[in-house]
Amino acid sequence: MNLIQKIQAPQIKSDITAFNVGDTVRVHFKIIEGKTERVQAYEGLCIAMKNGGLHKTFTVRKNSYGVGVERVFPMNSPRIEKIEVVRLGKVRRAKLYYIRTKIGKKAKIKEYIPVSSKAAAPAEQPKA
Amino acid sequence: MIGLIGKKAGMTQVFDASGKLIPVTVIEFAPNVVVAKKTAEKDGYDAIVVGVGEMKKSRTTKPYAGQFAEGIAPAKLLREMRDFEKECAVGDKLGVSTLEGLRFVDVTAVSKGKGFQGVMKRWGFGGGRNTHGSKFHREPGSTGQSTYPHKTFKNVKLPGRMGGERVTVQNLKVVRVDAENACILVRGAVPGPRDCTVLVRGAVKKTK
Repeated sequence: MNLIQKIQAPQIKSDITAFNVGDTVRVHFKIIEGKTERVQAYEGLCIAMKNGGLHKTFTVRKNSYGVGVERVFPMNSPRIEKIEVVRLGKVRRAKLYYIRTKIGKKAKIKEYIPVSSKAAAPAEQPKA
Repeated sequence: MIGLIGKKAGMTQVFDASGKLIPVTVIEFAPNVVVAKKTAEKDGYDAIVVGVGEMKKSRTTKPYAGQFAEGIAPAKLLREMRDFEKECAVGDKLGVSTLEGLRFVDVTAVSKGKGFQGVMKRWGFGGGRNTHGSKFHREPGSTGQSTYPHKTFKNVKLPGRMGGERVTVQNLKVVRVDAENACILVRGAVPGPRDCTVLVRGAVKKTK
């Protein structure tokens, strides 16, 4: 392990909730306003993940009063309190950028319904 | 002035206390041995001479080895630190703890060599447009007037060798002093390639 990796290693979180591109997630993000700190939930569709060890990020897109909003979260940020998987999505792409140009029914992602034996643990099941 | 000879290990990012991601350069330090002390009475100025990296005795010339007091191994690299503020004696090994308490540092190193470059990259000239019949793309243009002065002045910005020169970056914030790994993290970039020798000194302009 070289020096750079040694510095990065303690910052990489080990207890991240597993989710995939296409899932609808709710990110509980700490917001610091002056001295007070509160947690804000941001819910939307995960449309991309970019790997990079410590710098791994994921993009969450939602529709806010008719306006598309995208936020990029660093996966290892200490400001992410927790991530909830609200709905699993069935997708065939690693990046769902095409969804930006779609509206209505075309912007929908089919729900992934796991095979019965794996249904007990929806968050951990592997997907194609 | 407090300073040490270090080695650029590379860049990464760290989260600060408020969860912001900060780009940092990691500089590691081998023990800096105080080889000699210069005094105002004898040499005209106060300084310490520090060395890093042990050199085989057989590789030294006699004049080079003569600089080192008895019991001190010849060092591969020597640098003088003027007016060193911390107490130290000849033979002491200065570690990363010497830099403890510094909030800002100046970092000096030899920048990456860029080779022979044109004026756009080397001096930031604007260049001409690429389309609409233009035949003037990346050229330097005029270098002076005609009848008078009838010559190109010295120091006109022209293409040439770029990089590979001594560069100092001032006022880099010290993000962390890591005694365990014998390194410090400074915010932002530092000149030179990885594994190059860098000189880290307390900031001259931003002391608080």
